[in-house]
Amino acid sequence: MTQPQTVEQALDLVPEGGPEVAPPRLQRFQWLGILRNAARLTRTRIGLGMVGLIIVIAVFGPLVAPHSPTEFIAAPNHGPTSDAIFGADALGRDVFSRFLHGGLTVLWMSAAATVLGVVLGTVIGLVAAYSRNWLDDVLMRGNDVVLAFPQIIFVLLAVSAIGPKLWLIVVTVGITHAPRVARVIRGAAQQIVERDFIKAEEVAGERRSRIIMEGLLPNVTSPLLVELGLRMTFSIGLIAAISFLGFGLQPPAADWGLMINENRLSIAVMPWGVLLPVLAIAVLTVGTNLVTDGIARAAIGLDRTNE
Amino acid sequence: MTKLVLRRLALGVLTLFLISLVVFAAVLALPGDAATAILGKDATPERIAALRDQLNLNDSVVSQYLSWIGGVLTGSFGESTATQEPVSELLSDRVANTAFLVFVAAVVAIPLSIGIGVWTAMRRDRPADHVISNGSLVLAALPEFVIGIGLILLFATSVFHWFPAVSLLAPDQRAWTDPSVVVLPAATLVLAVTPYISRIMRGSMIEVLESEYVTMARLKGLPERTVIWRHAVPNAIVPAIQVTALQLAWMAGGVVVVEFVFSYPGIGSAFIDAVDNRDMPVVQTITMLAAAIYVVLNLLADLATIAVTPRLRTEAR
Repeated sequence: MTQPQTVEQALDLVPEGGPEVAPPRLQRFQWLGILRNAARLTRTRIGLGMVGLIIVIAVFGPLVAPHSPTEFIAAPNHGPTSDAIFGADALGRDVFSRFLHGGLTVLWMSAAATVLGVVLGTVIGLVAAYSRNWLDDVLMRGNDVVLAFPQIIFVLLAVSAIGPKLWLIVVTVGITHAPRVARVIRGAAQQIVERDFIKAEEVAGERRSRIIMEGLLPNVTSPLLVELGLRMTFSIGLIAAISFLGFGLQPPAADWGLMINENRLSIAVMPWGVLLPVLAIAVLTVGTNLVTDGIARAAIGLDRTNE
Repeated sequence: MTKLVLRRLALGVLTLFLISLVVFAAVLALPGDAATAILGKDATPERIAALRDQLNLNDSVVSQYLSWIGGVLTGSFGESTATQEPVSELLSDRVANTAFLVFVAAVVAIPLSIGIGVWTAMRRDRPADHVISNGSLVLAALPEFVIGIGLILLFATSVFHWFPAVSLLAPDQRAWTDPSVVVLPAATLVLAVTPYISRIMRGSMIEVLESEYVTMARLKGLPERTVIWRHAVPNAIVPAIQVTALQLAWMAGGVVVVEFVFSYPGIGSAFIDAVDNRDMPVVQTITMLAAAIYVVLNLLADLATIAVTPRLRTEAR
């Protein structure tokens, strides 16, 4: 995961020249149609089920947890008992309660970083595609610079300078997503820019911001939806990894990535403290990727007749 | 072609220069006084003054940048603020270990994923293709530390006990003297990159297999083996070059997490320690190295693409 080449993966999924574009003004609710078609695919439904399960655990888990996440209830690495069904962690806290408390942070941080990155990337991509001049060159050169940093190294460079702050992680993950999104959106928008209805609006003296928002944006919704899904999958992986490395939420807070870090040395004695959060992250990322794949297939019209 | 290559080289140098500005700016982003931020509030004034001197914080921003980039270009990356050792000495053993890990992973992953791509393209829409395509969808979604911990659970602690869960190497021991420590970290990297390369290879192979010259080769009665390996694969591999370069560059970041998972003594775990200690000279050196690897690999991939694409090779001479 966390791979930059997903630009190619996304491009690979989106047909050359974008979807067949009918009269522009009718395209405004295209994304609803794509989502409706995606929801008919089995893989999308399985993915939604997996993501839904994790969201339910993360949101309602804290309400039903039998213990406080920071309360010491047994000897370190104590095996499962009727009181602590998944045993105690490396410090003697209830693994199950820490698991139920530990999902919300990674979820909101990933969602925030994804939205930030996709919005930023879409604006950069559309402006670059529309401008077709020095501004395009400057934006793309800036993109290249950010693309050169492996995402996790960029985030940790900022963390080492400013400190392990959650907002900083959200912002820098978003910034590293932006050029990857911008490349895809720019590619899709470049074909639209050449079309007659855009030229007609320019001749009619329409404002640039309006042409971009109402002429271009509605016609790049399918790559946009795919990017949202892809970036969400990568955000979850990155943010969980940063927390696993110890630069996210700080102890004694309960967090899936941190739990894996705290219990990994006792993995042979007490695997549950590692296994539960690892499984949750795996189910979540596989779920978001299945939904993304469903959206991508619906966007090209693949599988539409399958069911 | 020369013009195209020179233009590409100039772009690479410009990108590296801009990258160095970003990496350098990280020190300026330290809140308040950089030396105090690194050492903490309890540091003695002498210690702070010494560190300010070491980081050239008393100079102007421009001359700070010039002396830093001058050092980077001549191979002197400053001294670690945590151990006072020269950064180049601190990292030299670790660079060798990481290079070995990435080399092993690349040597396995590239032929494997090209092979899978070709194989599934030839079995398009048959059960084997569907199984592999769904498998890589799952694998591509998993964060690398999840893959790594999965391998530890499977092959080091619970089911099989074939490989060590952590790399127990003496400080001056090189990784290749005990290859068993490399198996699981390398396998993690291989599993992380294979879905991406094989996917592109499959798509491009399918396109080539439907082309007229492949049909022509078959009609000429050439054996299928010759059609595939002599005519189809060399053409289908071009798009895979770019993706492979991106994947290798990705490994420069991937090793950070993978080395931490296995406590592998490479630059990835050195980076984590440095971030922990806010050891900026080490953090900056490794960041610069990772970004430079990306730029160089991309450049090589572009040159390779130009070299194997006749249209690009001959136009704009």
